[in-house]
Amino acid sequence: MTVSTDEALAKSDAFPLSEKNISAQVRAAQYAVRGEIVIRAGELEEELKKGKKLPYGDSILYCNIGNPQQLGQVPITFFRQVLALCDYPEMMANPHADKIFPKDVLKRAKEYLAAIPGGTGAYTSSQGAPICREHVAAGITHRDHGIKSDPGNIFMSDGASQSVHTILRMLLRGTQDAVLTPIPQYPLYSAALALYNGTLLPYYLDEQNQWALRLDECKSQVDKARSEGQNVRALIVINPGNPTGSVLSEENQKEIVKFCVRESLVLLADEVYQDNIYIAGKTFHSFKRVAVELGKEAEQLVLVSMHSISKGFYGECGRRGGYMEIINLPADVKAQLIKLSSINLCSNVNGQICTAMMMNPPKEGEESYELFAKERQGLLDSLKRRAKLLVTALNKLEGVTCNEAEGALYAMPQLKLPAGAAKAAEESGKPVDFFYCKALLESTGIVTVPGSGFKQAENTYHFRTTILPPEDQIEEVTERLSKFHAEFMKKYSNSS
Amino acid sequence: MRSTVYAVRGELMQRGEELRKAGREIIFTNIGNPQALGQKPLSFNRQVQALVNAPFLLENERIIAEFPEDAIARAREMLTKLPGGVGAYQDSRGSPAIRQEIADFLQHRDGYPSNAEHIFMTDGASPAVRMCLQALIRDSRDAILVPIPQYPLYSASIQLLGGSLLPYHLKEESGWSMNVEDLRNQVRLGRDNGMAVRALVFINPGNPTGQCLSYQNLKDLIEFAAEEKLVLMADEVYQTNIYQDELPFVSAKRVLRDIGGSVADELELISFHTISKGVIGECGLRGGYMELVNIHPEVIGEMYKIASINLSPNTMGQVSISLMVNEPKPGDTSYEKHVEEKGTTLASLIRRAHIMTDGFNKLEGVTCNFTEGAMYSFPRIRLPPKAIQAAKEAGKPADTFYCLALLEATGISTVPGSGFGQEEGTLHLRTTILPPENSIKEVIARLTKFHEEFMDKYR
Repeated sequence: MTVSTDEALAKSDAFPLSEKNISAQVRAAQYAVRGEIVIRAGELEEELKKGKKLPYGDSILYCNIGNPQQLGQVPITFFRQVLALCDYPEMMANPHADKIFPKDVLKRAKEYLAAIPGGTGAYTSSQGAPICREHVAAGITHRDHGIKSDPGNIFMSDGASQSVHTILRMLLRGTQDAVLTPIPQYPLYSAALALYNGTLLPYYLDEQNQWALRLDECKSQVDKARSEGQNVRALIVINPGNPTGSVLSEENQKEIVKFCVRESLVLLADEVYQDNIYIAGKTFHSFKRVAVELGKEAEQLVLVSMHSISKGFYGECGRRGGYMEIINLPADVKAQLIKLSSINLCSNVNGQICTAMMMNPPKEGEESYELFAKERQGLLDSLKRRAKLLVTALNKLEGVTCNEAEGALYAMPQLKLPAGAAKAAEESGKPVDFFYCKALLESTGIVTVPGSGFKQAENTYHFRTTILPPEDQIEEVTERLSKFHAEFMKKYSNSS
Repeated sequence: MRSTVYAVRGELMQRGEELRKAGREIIFTNIGNPQALGQKPLSFNRQVQALVNAPFLLENERIIAEFPEDAIARAREMLTKLPGGVGAYQDSRGSPAIRQEIADFLQHRDGYPSNAEHIFMTDGASPAVRMCLQALIRDSRDAILVPIPQYPLYSASIQLLGGSLLPYHLKEESGWSMNVEDLRNQVRLGRDNGMAVRALVFINPGNPTGQCLSYQNLKDLIEFAAEEKLVLMADEVYQTNIYQDELPFVSAKRVLRDIGGSVADELELISFHTISKGVIGECGLRGGYMELVNIHPEVIGEMYKIASINLSPNTMGQVSISLMVNEPKPGDTSYEKHVEEKGTTLASLIRRAHIMTDGFNKLEGVTCNFTEGAMYSFPRIRLPPKAIQAAKEAGKPADTFYCLALLEATGISTVPGSGFGQEEGTLHLRTTILPPENSIKEVIARLTKFHEEFMDKYR
């Protein structure tokens, strides 16, 4: 977006609403995933559209955001069939309906429409349509080896981001309330903490050890914060990690649960990448199951688990859908949550239905299962290949080390850049990784997000790229990147 | 957060839910949710939506044969406006091409150009309202002028954001009119108490009150806001729910541009619209937009930043907005059916507006202004002293007491006037005009019987 300066407007000093008198929290919030570099990419794209020739070709390669369908990922057929029927049920009256749609698709659409008064066009209950919550709960139960999930504890959302906003708004009373946040983190968290006037209490993930979560690190941060008069309210864990791509071991998760119980912290489990795991030996364990299996030790744990339709192998980002499951929240607090949800009426119903299907997909033996399983496996295999390709290529670059992308949709390489680059960056008034990413964009059209956008350990520099460019383009991406990197290193190694 | 209240889904609705789960038939007239009460969505809109949701259907011969050709063409065109299809995040303000459609619609509606860059699509008008209030409210000294009675999104949001609500009262006896002098007094009062009065909200057509503002009224509001340097927030979500001819809808934007001069250049106006209301009634899709006029570019930049944290508004909502602002044209295959469907729904809403108003006006002690626009009836009820006493003993506001009794006796779920704010010493309730025509007479009958019994009981 180009924010054009209107001279007439810019002259006046006494605007009713201006940068001078806008809410400080709004001003403080930042979100690099669609920040300055992405805005610049948008400008370049406009230029390309107008026919301008750029050195690297005719396209901008958006590697800044986990937006798979924008890069050609094909949606799950079953989901789209059911959603289309829910939007226009008249298709089911067609005498050839069963030749256009598989039986189980028709059955599922009818089931949702029968249970949701007004179909996709009416507000549902603020927690979400009961049938969608039932399907989600059934899916969670199945995923968690039979540990029952209660639909009454499910809150449907317009994406996990919305759930994060809701929970943080509820938890934060003022700047004395702090939330343990992993560094690096997905900048929704830092932005939301800024917006709701809370304090971000960082805990550094251990890059040398595959971005491990160190509880001793968490503990020392908690103790330090408390000694300074802060209330530490919650621990955010993103598993699989964003931007890091690391997947926690079950052992680690047990310790995390016990830690939260000991320290009376709400565990905010961002589990949106639970269906994106690429390496043998790692599997998704939900915090819910880990906690329940710990038995008495974890009985008191207050857990908020968030999931979304945006990622996985379904990638329905644009639709905006997800849920949070809340465990052990006191009834009066839950009532507050319902009240808060009601002000926005409800989350969009298409998203609710898609979320229900994500958690309750076609089963073996059903007509659509074979295609569904094929689509799912095909996508996951492709993501696995691309993750490996990208990380391998990144590790070949001079001064670059990159942990394996065990899960999620990103690679987060660390850059060790020459002093000349640091100097040039300083002169430009930007952190050196921003400087690098900007130069990368201008030279190659590849859009990434500087590590500073996610926060990182001091004196380390990173950038995040997605693993989402289509397979037939990934080699091009790595080639452009390698060429640029070599030139960049050469340029700034020689300069004093 | 604990002190925030949103009565539209508050105590009455929760009690209604309890009764419904226990097997009672409940008629929910608490919320403007037309499709839940049987209103059909527009066929063309849903055809396009289905095809956009499942583009592979466009390759299916049977579908091509069944769907009108303009729906098929529009679906294809829609997909070009949403890069990656409906499964992909779009621009954080919503698809640029669809924003241009909105701008074209606004130009056509008002006769003045509109800038697509200054339009933000959102998941309904409510998030857009919240975004603006969030930018405006720094602390409790920041006050927002809000009409009383009001739609409680405003009171709840202001409360949540830690700001102050500065009320200005609409005068029931004169058709819920507003008076600039009242506004001026309230601003003075606010400022004398150390408040920074930041914005003036008005809802046209009104919710819950249903009045339509005259051109002059709008002119007065705009000039007042300009004079006092307030941001003017124009909630115009009911702009196509107009049930009389005397006061057609005129947008604040149009009046602003008509006024011209320095006011037109300086008055900061934010207008809100939605797909939830009108005759399309697509509440569940969650789609809306705001148009920012004369808002400082830096503020727009901040709003873009905030919008980007939630990535983008949901795509099906965007599709529906496109369909709302860019409809089948004369000559298009679907045009006639589309016009007919809209006309049928609107005519029915007009009839029901009259039925509800007349029904209430026949009740003892009840007066009800006509629903000139929007979707609600907001009758004033005058209860006997014994009823007031009983309410006090029950620990409830008198209108809540009445509404609960109404619910228990008839299954009709309404919202007490106290949920919207009202002149002290007055009592109201809000009901929608949405019960289907084949049951609305029954609703009135049940209501009438209950009211007679209630009045007799507490006489």
